[in-house]
Amino acid sequence: MTTRTTTRAAALAATGLLLSACGSPGGGSGQAGAPSFEGRGPITYVAGKDTTGTVQPMLDRWNKAHPKEKVTFIQLPTDADAQRQQMIQNAETKSDAYTVLSLDVVWTSEFAAHQWIDELPGKRFPMGKMLKPVVETSKYRGGLYAVPSSSDGGMLYYRSDLLKKAGVAQPPVSWAEMTDACAKVKRLPEAKGMSCYAGQFQKYEGLTVNFAEAVHSAGGRVTDANGRPDVDTPEARKGLDFLVDSFKDRTIPKEAITYQEEDGRQAFQSGKLVFLRNWPYMYSLAQKSGVKGKFAVAPLPGLNGPGSSSLGGHNMAVSSSAKNKATALDFIEFMTSEENTATFLRDASLAPPYAALYDDEALIEQYPYLPVLKESVLRAVPRPRVVPYGDVTAAVQREAYAALTGEKSSAQALKDLRKALRKTAAE
Amino acid sequence: MTQTDASPETTGEGRPRTTGSPAGVRTRRPDRATAGAGRLAALLVSPTLLVLTVVVLYPTLMALKESLYGPKGLDPATGFISDTEPFVGLRNYAEIFGEAGARFWNAFWNTTFFTVVTVGLETVTGVAMALIMHRAFRGRALVRAGILVPWAVPTAISGLLWRWIFNSDGVANALLGQQILWTTEGFHAKAAVIVAEVWKTAPFIGLLVLAGLQVIPKEVYEAARMDGARPVRQFWHITLPLVKPALLVAVLFRCMDALRMFDLPYILVGAQKHSVETLSMLAQNEAANVRFGPASAYAVILFLYVFLIALAFVRLLGTDLVGGGGRGRRGFLRRGEVTA
Amino acid sequence: MTAITAKWRNGLVYAGVVAVVAYCLAPFYWMLVSSLRRTGDIFDTTLVPSPLSFENYRAVFDPAQGFGRALLNSLVVAGITTVLALLLATFTAYAMARLEFRFKRLILTLIIATSMFPVVSIVVPLLKLFTDIGWINTYQAMIVPSMSFALPLAVWNLTTFFRQMPDELEHAAMVDGCTRGQAFRKVIVPLAAPGIFTTAIITFIAAWNEFLIALSMTNKPGMQTATVAISKFTGATTYETPFGSQMAAGVLVTVPLVVMVLLFQRRIVAGLTAGAAK
Repeated sequence: MTTRTTTRAAALAATGLLLSACGSPGGGSGQAGAPSFEGRGPITYVAGKDTTGTVQPMLDRWNKAHPKEKVTFIQLPTDADAQRQQMIQNAETKSDAYTVLSLDVVWTSEFAAHQWIDELPGKRFPMGKMLKPVVETSKYRGGLYAVPSSSDGGMLYYRSDLLKKAGVAQPPVSWAEMTDACAKVKRLPEAKGMSCYAGQFQKYEGLTVNFAEAVHSAGGRVTDANGRPDVDTPEARKGLDFLVDSFKDRTIPKEAITYQEEDGRQAFQSGKLVFLRNWPYMYSLAQKSGVKGKFAVAPLPGLNGPGSSSLGGHNMAVSSSAKNKATALDFIEFMTSEENTATFLRDASLAPPYAALYDDEALIEQYPYLPVLKESVLRAVPRPRVVPYGDVTAAVQREAYAALTGEKSSAQALKDLRKALRKTAAE
Repeated sequence: MTQTDASPETTGEGRPRTTGSPAGVRTRRPDRATAGAGRLAALLVSPTLLVLTVVVLYPTLMALKESLYGPKGLDPATGFISDTEPFVGLRNYAEIFGEAGARFWNAFWNTTFFTVVTVGLETVTGVAMALIMHRAFRGRALVRAGILVPWAVPTAISGLLWRWIFNSDGVANALLGQQILWTTEGFHAKAAVIVAEVWKTAPFIGLLVLAGLQVIPKEVYEAARMDGARPVRQFWHITLPLVKPALLVAVLFRCMDALRMFDLPYILVGAQKHSVETLSMLAQNEAANVRFGPASAYAVILFLYVFLIALAFVRLLGTDLVGGGGRGRRGFLRRGEVTA
Repeated sequence: MTAITAKWRNGLVYAGVVAVVAYCLAPFYWMLVSSLRRTGDIFDTTLVPSPLSFENYRAVFDPAQGFGRALLNSLVVAGITTVLALLLATFTAYAMARLEFRFKRLILTLIIATSMFPVVSIVVPLLKLFTDIGWINTYQAMIVPSMSFALPLAVWNLTTFFRQMPDELEHAAMVDGCTRGQAFRKVIVPLAAPGIFTTAIITFIAAWNEFLIALSMTNKPGMQTATVAISKFTGATTYETPFGSQMAAGVLVTVPLVVMVLLFQRRIVAGLTAGAAK
């Protein structure tokens, strides 16, 4: 605490911006003013455990070029909740141990509202070259609080071999087309015992993703642009009904209520599913499995045409209690540059925030799903961007799960969800 | 040596007499509450109390204070969360009888249910394990190390392991020949948690009871056998009373741990599943959503609950643990004399 | 006839032993089997992995994971916690078992009750405290909070085991010219060895399995303990659960404990039967 006060005082004195003696800018009473990104020196980069081994080489490149402003990689557990908890603990103790945070896209609003991260100078970053829905995830109340470093969108994996054999030429665009195609496929002898469709329906974040996708794909929404709930609508109900009815008539197998990403992938790879909603990560894994060469991807289907995906990915932000924030900005610029996100795409198959990379011939050759993913991301709707995201997603999971398991009617579930969301918004 | 004075004590009804034994002449306690003993006791106890004050009392008091504050509010004009938490007095506690009540009482009931059922099953399994392992047979040391395995597996890992076993395509369903969706809401989710918990912690009770059995002198049994006491009778009238302190302490610690159960249901079945949500999970959930006040209130309530149970156990253990008179050692008294 | 009954009884004992061992080890066997499957076969339910693969173990010991170092850290933290807890607890338990003084019940109740505050609630205040005194990334920052559960466990168990020892033994030793301390050390402690040893194992394992404190108090890879390191295991992508390597790590953190117990136990049990039962 003392060190922090000292640095802050020094920083303030340096810029001639002595606001208050206690060094607590804003004090909750208003805009913190443009935070000054002062100070250069060693920093830390805090992210979930690097799954691909590509982060450290990138940091080594930075460190070589900036011997006096070296960055140390602090790796948190793989589990997203544990990452968030550690970051909040760091913020609550006002520690300067963490400098640059790699935030899940849905955390931005919460971290910004608590002033755990600083508002960034928007002009420094090439936001115009990034895909618009991705940029939206990095903003809070119009201000830029983070810079997207990677994105992610859902895609429909389908058994191209079976569809072809059943005489379905094109992947389905709507839900009705999908169930039709499925009915045709299931008449084939080799499709015996197969189920039609699955996504992620276990009671966890994946259910929020799938629920939001169903609602958005039917023309509904969970919250409006200001985070107010708007989920008790006929459109939203059609979305939820698609999932509920699919469970009822076994279009979705009943065990899918326990599925997370990996369970669905396993079922698809062992030939139990015709269609599966999943993230791009599955593509290369499925290519190594029994369905190699027998599947393809398409944008998610919707009620009356193409559906819209939820957005995944990560944004980089500066911890407000950190030191050496000038270095931190440079580092974020470095990590989120078009060149370096291309490297992450090439070596770690992380979907980039930049539009142009999705059209790159060489990259498409490496990742044939890129055009589909681009479409998916472009049509994507972010999950609710609200401060108490934890409460919102918990409420969504509770009500959606109750509807899917038949505990409540979808109408009742949506009504209760709206009530629950209103309550969290009011608090 | 086998002719110890333990035999007269166990004759007659074939069980050690409780009080008023002829050994009474020797049960004068030389250390009874003298000033010197008090000073020595203070000296011996204070390091422990000091350490506990630093690591527990300080954070506990902080939590107690925290529980009187509400969540920070959002300023609608700026969109920022305020820096200070509003003082709400006892409102966080009152909430459990109000709006947050249903969830709280569900968690309270789950916690109690898990504690009673798992500790009950563990006690039976653990005592059985200990009795079997107390027998002399070849490879006993290996077996004893073997039963340690479940207890030694970190809880998080054992949660993952059991989630795998209880997967919809997992080995549990393969063995049962059914497709039970263990991780969905319902009684089966509770059952899954109980199976995993009992597996992991029965060895804890087993080991402590075994240690208790090992310090019972053989002579007690020999005497009982000479009196013709049957094994079942021996168990109820000799073994059980003599291992009672060790067993009760083991059960006490298991109760405390079970009351705080968190990792296992969280990993095995998942967060926010009301069938298995415990008080600790509730506190964790509140803290994770940056509502430290209610989180602390739940923690304090859990603490009080645990405290009451601990108090009950201390009563129950009574003289076995905290002394007063020469009770609780019975047959041993004489053996000591003889050895000396 | 008695021979037959004895045989029967022996048979029963062995059947019981087999049942107990099977119960305890079957899930562990599953863990072992899963750790020896290839990542692609991880969903198999065959009883023997085929083909046998050590890829998960190689992944665990990939130098980038730092798992060897993490095991060492766990050993240091759990070891020191156990030694300290047992040392302090021995004094306290002696007083509890052998001395009469006021507030004994209250103190015993307090000791146990304090250990029961949920870790989530004490970790933030402790983190603040340790940040202020610069203890982040040190062993003591993990050891001291671990005392909160290790110490009560040790105090209570030792108290019961000391209580079970007849105090006449001690008095006799004192008559023979031993001081109170000597009598305790030379007579009570050896006799209570199974209890002390069991307490040590249980305390050690409890400290060895601690996760939340170790995670919160460290942010350097070189300081993380085994449980923290395991939480950072990953598959090739974010969504992939590294189940195989987690199980391999589970085996790796469990087996050394069991081997250690096996080695120590032989000595102590042997020493005990030689000394006490005679």
